[in-house]
Amino acid sequence: MFGRLSLSAIPYDKPIIMGAAGGSVLLGLVILALITYYGKWTYLWKEWLTSLDHKKIGIMYIVLALVMLLRGFSDAVMMRSQQAIAAGASLGYLPPGHFNQIFSAHGTIMIVFMAMPFLVGLMNIAIPQQIGARDVAFPFMNSVSFWLTAAGAMLVMVSLGVGEFSKAGWSGYAPLTEKNYSPGTGVDYWLWAFQIAGIGSLLSGINFLVTILKMRAPGMTLMRMPLFTWTTLFTNVLMIWAFPVLTVALALTTLDRYLGMHFFSNTLGGNLMMYVNLFWIWGHPEVYIVILPAFGVFSEVVATFSGKRLFGYRSLVYATGAITVLSFAVWLHHFFTMGAGPDVNIAFGIATMMIAIPTGVKIFNWLFTMYRGRIRFKLPMYWTLGFMVTFAVGGMTGVLLSLPPADFVLHNSLFLVAHFHNVLIPGALFGFLAGYTYWFPKAVGFRLEETWGRRAFWCWVIGFYLAFMPLYLLGFMGMPRRMEHYVNSAWQPYLIIAAGGTAVILAGIVFLMIQLAVSIRRREANRDMTGDPWDGRTLEWATASPPAEYNFANIPVVHDIDAFADLKETGMAYRPPDRYHDIRMPKSTGKGFILGVLAFTLGFALIWYIWWLALLSGLGLLIILIARSFQEDLHVTISAAEVERIENEHYRQLKSAAETERPHEPGKHRKGKK
Amino acid sequence: MNTEAATIDSAYVREAPHPDTAAIQALGFWIYLMSDLVLFAAIFATYAVLRGNYAGGPSGRELFDLPYTVVETMLLLFSSSSCGLGMLAAYRGRKNPVLIWFGVTFLLGLGFIFMEINEFHTMIVAGNGPARSGFLSAFFTLVGSHGAHVCAGLLWMAVMIGQMTAKGLTPPVRSRLMRLSMFWHFLDIVWVGVFTIVYLMGSI
Repeated sequence: MFGRLSLSAIPYDKPIIMGAAGGSVLLGLVILALITYYGKWTYLWKEWLTSLDHKKIGIMYIVLALVMLLRGFSDAVMMRSQQAIAAGASLGYLPPGHFNQIFSAHGTIMIVFMAMPFLVGLMNIAIPQQIGARDVAFPFMNSVSFWLTAAGAMLVMVSLGVGEFSKAGWSGYAPLTEKNYSPGTGVDYWLWAFQIAGIGSLLSGINFLVTILKMRAPGMTLMRMPLFTWTTLFTNVLMIWAFPVLTVALALTTLDRYLGMHFFSNTLGGNLMMYVNLFWIWGHPEVYIVILPAFGVFSEVVATFSGKRLFGYRSLVYATGAITVLSFAVWLHHFFTMGAGPDVNIAFGIATMMIAIPTGVKIFNWLFTMYRGRIRFKLPMYWTLGFMVTFAVGGMTGVLLSLPPADFVLHNSLFLVAHFHNVLIPGALFGFLAGYTYWFPKAVGFRLEETWGRRAFWCWVIGFYLAFMPLYLLGFMGMPRRMEHYVNSAWQPYLIIAAGGTAVILAGIVFLMIQLAVSIRRREANRDMTGDPWDGRTLEWATASPPAEYNFANIPVVHDIDAFADLKETGMAYRPPDRYHDIRMPKSTGKGFILGVLAFTLGFALIWYIWWLALLSGLGLLIILIARSFQEDLHVTISAAEVERIENEHYRQLKSAAETERPHEPGKHRKGKK
Repeated sequence: MNTEAATIDSAYVREAPHPDTAAIQALGFWIYLMSDLVLFAAIFATYAVLRGNYAGGPSGRELFDLPYTVVETMLLLFSSSSCGLGMLAAYRGRKNPVLIWFGVTFLLGLGFIFMEINEFHTMIVAGNGPARSGFLSAFFTLVGSHGAHVCAGLLWMAVMIGQMTAKGLTPPVRSRLMRLSMFWHFLDIVWVGVFTIVYLMGSI
């Protein structure tokens, strides 16, 4: 009846796991109780869970990312504290099996359930508005993508208390992931969570690529698109090319485990090197999938807060394109030591070094944009500067690792761990946090508080250096990664410093939470009445904050790269049109949410071999999709009168904002007059 | 209209140009097909790597029945033709011929799937299932992935026949038919690759 699921699947005997699982369940119950207490279930269902509004889906993506950031970071805290104490005679507090689950979960969560939702969330909030569109190309598919990602994240969370998570690392190398070496449910949780979320990401990629290609405002030629739109476009191309390969790698592992096939087994004609190749053919482009959107955010932020058009717009676009192409030609550098031979290794080594060139171009673009600009040091700018300095270091250690002989010495050591955190934390996470701060007022209507944000920033930067610079040294000293215990006590002082760095980052995360709480409490003081809190240059700042459901009552015509800056300069921004029209928008539907629930059930049933439930949820998925295709009334019409009422309200706010000019707000172009 | 209003008109279009839904859906579907092609490319590559890994089991030469597969291929190729004829009728807006041609396509596709299942069944019963060797794992997965796609296409076709009967050739139905036919032709192209690389090259 319940497959291999029984009450013994819950690890009662492991207090740490039970504490973590119990804490998560308790937190979930508290949230549910609060929603019930305030009677918000209808609101939640009608306004959020069933919404097809890209801005709301974007916010839900980012909430998911922030929650998973906390989960992934707790894993990091556990690893760092374990390694700080588990030297010599001390065994620390984490047994090997648990430690292995922690590092596997940390990697999987941070890449698939933190970085991916964060960047797709930012895309959702910004892209349609940046290109002057009212929606994405496929609003329903957008909701499905989100709920699939959430279903995957939920599977990872459930693995905490029911069964176990994979012990085979986030990259899941064969043959350790084969049934005979990992008979438990851990690898299956990893497989299905990853697979379901991966399909969601692929759908997002298709959705946003079509949105950008087909739904740009009139006059917005490709070479007039904002840089974030460009990097999103290339990211989507990467998603569409790379994710199917991940699907295959995971599906073949699944077939090995479930049907006893021999793709990656070390018997009967399997080839385990093939897994490594397939995984990294997705895995390396994935690095750029998470970094390119952040590069886009930095480009927007630098231009806005320097009050200048981006320096070398075209070169930035071409550099992004070059990175996109090159990112498919470097996957083998993840396994130089696995027997490819010097000629192959050096080809991939050179390709890897070449990626540093377009990346360097970008750094110079940003620097020259700032040069002689009127820089305003707002929070997004802090994250950007922190990124540029820190990322340059990580980039250089990457070039070092791209030399196969150096890689032979440093691979699988903490040097590697330090390197990829050194590119991904500033390169991706700082970018996401910059984007979070930058677009927060656009998404919810008020700015984030600066002081706590700056405190969080400094904790993140200082904590980062403290946590990861020692790991470079430990790499040189020969410490392998993924050790739950070691005998060489010379390593311990460095690991204690690294643990201290993690504590500082923890403070940074706490400050981010305080910043959010303080900002919500003081939202009236930080309210953005104009829709343009930063004196922005691109079209998303032409709408109200938060924007009306339809974004633009009238679609703007684009004449220049920085379309909104152009409108403000020519005095054409903020002019009410002479009349309004009816607007057709997609109707809310709960089917995306239901599909997510069914995907979760399907994954759970397959993990625990509950075949009847898997069959039922699979059938359910099909029935919902077919039912959706029969549906006719997919749109609601917002009447011209309603549009006029909403727009007049916005114009009234603009007027009152212009009267109560606040010194910290740029007001030069507010009314569209010189 | 005074000059100021005229300049506003040049900065703002009066109303959003109605997004051409069918064209947007077609482009989205093209891109999906390309991603599906990447998926098949990865499976083909896997097959190419494992095609000689018999692990003491039978090789393709011993297992494949070329004339049988040629019949399968013909069924699929003719189903593509009938699908094309169905689309021609759909463009002319004539419902009954569309139903007939898609019905024929459905039957041909069904025949293909039955032949494939029969082939798989024969092999598995003889002890040459996907768990026998790396080569057979790759064979069953590559051919089976294509087969699973054909099954999805058949289900879609059945739904479309239902929608045509219930709703007639409305614009959304036509847009879906167009994408279905793209999918069907795409599967044909993939099958040409499967037939060549698996069956032809495996039989020599």
